[in-house]
Amino acid sequence: MLLGEDGSLRDDIWTDLGDDEVKNGSAAITVSLARWKKADAALRASNRKLGLRLPNDAALEELKPDLDRFELIVLNFPKFTDGRAYSQARLLRARYGYRGELRASGEVLRDQLLFMRRCGFNSFHVGERAIREDWAKAFSEFDVFYQTAQDGGPWVMRQRLGNHR
Amino acid sequence: MYRYDDFDHRFVDERVAQYRDQVRRRLAGQLSEDEFRPLRLMNGLYLQLHAYMLRIAIPYGVLNSAKLRKLAHVARRYDRGFGHFTTRQNLQLHWIKLEDTPDILAELASVEMHAIQTSGNSFRNITTDPFAGVAADEIEDPRPYAEIIRQWSTLHPEFSFLPRKFKIAVSASAEDRAAVKMHDLGLYLRRNEKGETGFEVLVGGGLGRTPLLAHSIKPFVARRDLFSYLEAVLRVYNRYGRRDNLYKSRIKILVQSLGPAKFAAEVEAEWRATDRDAVALPDNYIAEIASGFELPDYDRSPADEQALEQAIADNPAFARWAKHNVTAHKVPGHAVVTISLKPVGETPGDCSADQMDLVADLADELSFGEIRVAYEQNLVLPNVRRDRLFGLWQRLDAAGLGSSNIGLASDIICCPGMDYCSLATARSIPVAQRLARHLAGREDEIGRFSIKISGCINACGHHHLGNIGILGVDKNGEEVYQITLGGDAGNGAAIGQIIGPAVKSDDVTGAIDRLIAAYEKLRQGEERFPETYRRVGAAPFKEALYAAR
Repeated sequence: MLLGEDGSLRDDIWTDLGDDEVKNGSAAITVSLARWKKADAALRASNRKLGLRLPNDAALEELKPDLDRFELIVLNFPKFTDGRAYSQARLLRARYGYRGELRASGEVLRDQLLFMRRCGFNSFHVGERAIREDWAKAFSEFDVFYQTAQDGGPWVMRQRLGNHR
Repeated sequence: MYRYDDFDHRFVDERVAQYRDQVRRRLAGQLSEDEFRPLRLMNGLYLQLHAYMLRIAIPYGVLNSAKLRKLAHVARRYDRGFGHFTTRQNLQLHWIKLEDTPDILAELASVEMHAIQTSGNSFRNITTDPFAGVAADEIEDPRPYAEIIRQWSTLHPEFSFLPRKFKIAVSASAEDRAAVKMHDLGLYLRRNEKGETGFEVLVGGGLGRTPLLAHSIKPFVARRDLFSYLEAVLRVYNRYGRRDNLYKSRIKILVQSLGPAKFAAEVEAEWRATDRDAVALPDNYIAEIASGFELPDYDRSPADEQALEQAIADNPAFARWAKHNVTAHKVPGHAVVTISLKPVGETPGDCSADQMDLVADLADELSFGEIRVAYEQNLVLPNVRRDRLFGLWQRLDAAGLGSSNIGLASDIICCPGMDYCSLATARSIPVAQRLARHLAGREDEIGRFSIKISGCINACGHHHLGNIGILGVDKNGEEVYQITLGGDAGNGAAIGQIIGPAVKSDDVTGAIDRLIAAYEKLRQGEERFPETYRRVGAAPFKEALYAAR
């Protein structure tokens, strides 16, 4: 199940294509970075929706020319204490200009959702617990922030300086 | 001092509400202990040997009387009537109940305090010079920058799950009184040739099992670029720091493995690629934060120096205190007073609720309500008129706070050790108490000296930086103590060296006594211990230490 940045829940339409898998009927597939790198012409020419699953140590710089091809990029949290994907998300958004869906996958827990959204994630792979425990509430626990990230919203310095103008 | 505006108030209130809900979910079984641990840790709550320990943030060690009274109240109502000041200028309470913690945080929020990020793998309390703002040798007051960094680093969305904890210190004076070089990231405030303010940036210091001093990676970062440069350092660390081994995950290991030059180049490249203007720190914003730190309206009339001299002449105990605990102030007629929390035979850094209340009262009467916490685990009254020093000392002395040992051998930095801490491998408090008792009578002759004690390899007691460092370890069920020599904090920071096998608990006092006696014999003139040690080498000390065996 997917949680959207607005707190709504929806089903996942995407199918993960395995690295050795050739045929897959799904209209929206994700591939691993390794698969993409050695991608055959058929995959590149495909008119199916393409998503990319990135490992935490991916060299993002190299991906820049390809980013337009993807409607979805999935970043992984192998453990919720492993925060590399936060930096990856910010770089994809701010430096490499990725505008598509950016999804948090792996150990995605309620108390990290707001951090993730602020770094540029806009969908979150979650389990049944998210409904039971109303995780959408996590997005509104704070409405004031001490720094700017990818959220583009008001932050303390801009607000304080604005108050004096 | 800095006062919260509506924004800050709202933020801590939202944080308390969030944490209250986290505790509710934990108590209701919705959160497992594994899931709850990092959440409580980001609010300073540890599970220790006997109970929960709450570490309350004292940003850059600055308190006012209202805050200190609140800490006294919390210690009395929710703990056992005392607290422990730490080497990060924070306060720890060691007997806390989980259910009480949301209420404690709400009480703290009412006086503009919190426990955010006093633990966990993110930014810890920003520390600075306890004499900031009043030190005669400073370029500029470092507190506004420490406050700006505090705010920026609070619940940072990108850097709340770093490989490991991250400690920042700022110093703005000729003498480094903030042990900057032992920090993950250190900032020395500098002026460039155009007279602009900026920072020299040092990265990769830290103690623990791999003690390393920080390397300078950039001589001058203009203050407008402070956020973007910090962001670049942290992003490089967050992406490339090791996460496979807890003991190799501090930034110092990354800096060491890449080499400082390569690390600096990585940061530089990252920094140049970022949108620096988006987070530029404008002068008018710095000025606005700095306005919270304006100096009080001092009475600049000359102090009655004759009366002070008379009191010193008449009272040898006061004379000692005035010599060791009183420092020059940049405003004539005033002094900076350090209150020792190292009374001989007591636990270093401990302070009772009654003592906190007294210090708060004294601060109101004599120091414009201001109090500081020094990383050496002492308190500071930064603004005392020189003609009030004698009266102040009398009142401190009557409350057990009159010890005259600042910078001397019994001014021992010491972690809580196995008496409290679940990580400890040996006791440290009783070792400190015995040593202080033994050395107290002759520490004037010994002169400036630092002894630092840790009860485990994590080095909370900074033993690596002690002129003499003592590390308690467990050897087949017995507590033994490894001794290191020649360490130093501050400008001439040095990591102490192990010179031989550990000594038994009962032998520690005798061993230190012999080492100090050897130093007194070997030193030339005013030479401090690390200088003597570097000049003569380990051999004579080794002989003194192990001769009696």
